[in-house]
Amino acid sequence: MQCQICKKEQATIHLTEINDGVRNEVHVCENCAVDQGITVKSQMPINELLSSLLSSQPSDDEMLAASGQELACPDCGFTLDKFRKEAVLGCPNDYEIFSKALMPLIKKAHEGKSLHCGKVPSRAPKTVKKQVEISALQQQLNEAVKKEDYEKAAMLRDKINQKNEKNSK
Amino acid sequence: MKLTDFSNDINEWFDGSGPQADVVISSRIRLARNLAGYKFLHACTDQEKSEILKILKDVLMELEIGDKSFYISVDDAPAIDRNFLVERYLISRHHAFGKGPRGAVIANKEFFTGMINEEDHLRIQILKGGLQLNSCFEQINKIDDMIEKKVDYAFGTTFGYLTACPTNIGTGIRVSVMLHLPALKMTGHIDKFLNAAKAMGLAVRGLFGEGTEAAGDFYQLSNQVTLGISEQEIIDKFEKKIIPEIVEYETAARNQLLNKESELLDDKISRAMALLRSAHLISSQEALFLLSHLRLGVNMHEHMGVSTPAIDGLYALCKGSDNKTNLSISTINRLFMLTLPAHLQINYGKELDPTHRDALRAKIIRSTLNG
Repeated sequence: MQCQICKKEQATIHLTEINDGVRNEVHVCENCAVDQGITVKSQMPINELLSSLLSSQPSDDEMLAASGQELACPDCGFTLDKFRKEAVLGCPNDYEIFSKALMPLIKKAHEGKSLHCGKVPSRAPKTVKKQVEISALQQQLNEAVKKEDYEKAAMLRDKINQKNEKNSK
Repeated sequence: MKLTDFSNDINEWFDGSGPQADVVISSRIRLARNLAGYKFLHACTDQEKSEILKILKDVLMELEIGDKSFYISVDDAPAIDRNFLVERYLISRHHAFGKGPRGAVIANKEFFTGMINEEDHLRIQILKGGLQLNSCFEQINKIDDMIEKKVDYAFGTTFGYLTACPTNIGTGIRVSVMLHLPALKMTGHIDKFLNAAKAMGLAVRGLFGEGTEAAGDFYQLSNQVTLGISEQEIIDKFEKKIIPEIVEYETAARNQLLNKESELLDDKISRAMALLRSAHLISSQEALFLLSHLRLGVNMHEHMGVSTPAIDGLYALCKGSDNKTNLSISTINRLFMLTLPAHLQINYGKELDPTHRDALRAKIIRSTLNG
């Protein structure tokens, strides 16, 4: 959604005011909000942040329904509804079970990123380590494309292809 | 090991040493880990929590992490002990006042803590004075490797280290830097700093105070993104970009005070000293507020060689009978920490009501600052 004031930036602040029974919605970007003197709570408690992220997704309800909101993890019995309330998951398996519903939230919390590219436990299989290395390159490639640095992007793409070939051999 | 063995002194990381210690109080790196094959704590029964606690306690206590590791059973500890550990940054408030079987292993002169059954099964941290994130990471990474040899962590190729809350997945790393920014506050620029930090996706918290209230102009800056970026990239951002910029702003603000608003600076420092030297009842909040101004004066003298009527006055007042001054950053840091509520009571040997705490706090400060 576009900001109603500057009509350029993405609207990230959504206000609903009710005056004399008349409902008025305002959608603005952060800069315009500051200009207009609209203040936002700066430090949101984590569970509030999470539930606001979950509920701010436009296709949220359909998505939850599609991915099975009633679905419970066979390992820990957790449901998405429970996660919404408590802001923590029940077990590592939940990341697989609820991956569809969690993905948009994970991306929002981590600046659009969705692949690990840091440390790998030394006991993890070698293929895992290689996969994480490829993820790191993939992430760099995405950045390069975003910055329109196509020379770098091409180089990174070749590197990824090389690694993939090695892996498949 | 008893708490009173070290409650009379400050942690070594708070002694005022370390790179850029005039602005950067300390650096901390914390890793969040969970055991594979177990549910996250929220879904665990007390019996499962006890099992996890035993496994991790045994592993941590066997590690060689500097000298003297000791274990504290947090769920059995009296509230005052738990508050004391929170005041020293050894455990989190969440850990102190959580539920169920949980504990902490503290080692290497309080530089290392392993919190077991906090929000995740294990959270390990290294804390050092000044800006030393690389050295913190080197150590915590080694310790993490040692633990990893003995247990299997919950880990997935896509999301890395799996944590109870999706905001910590990936590296599970939380890099925090504690800063003292009195001049930015005095010159009215602190909001710019806070907004800039938030725009960079960082979390800002007050230190010592409850919640987000920054008592004594201490702020803690931490990363929020843990996925899709490597540990080293996060650290480099702090060490090479974010912190040097903030140090520069704070230094510029100190120079601005000195060159353009020296009366304001001297007024704040002199008032702080006058009140601290004469108060008979002083709340924790007021003490933090005033000690911050005093710390600014001493810092400007020690690190910038500054001499103003108020700063010279501080040193003249703190001369002992041997004509030597006892005023230093480490003296003031001691006052900051040892006058916190739980420290006062642990060192006094019993619980005190707020009025008695305010009286004892004032007495300790008076006797330190009156030469």
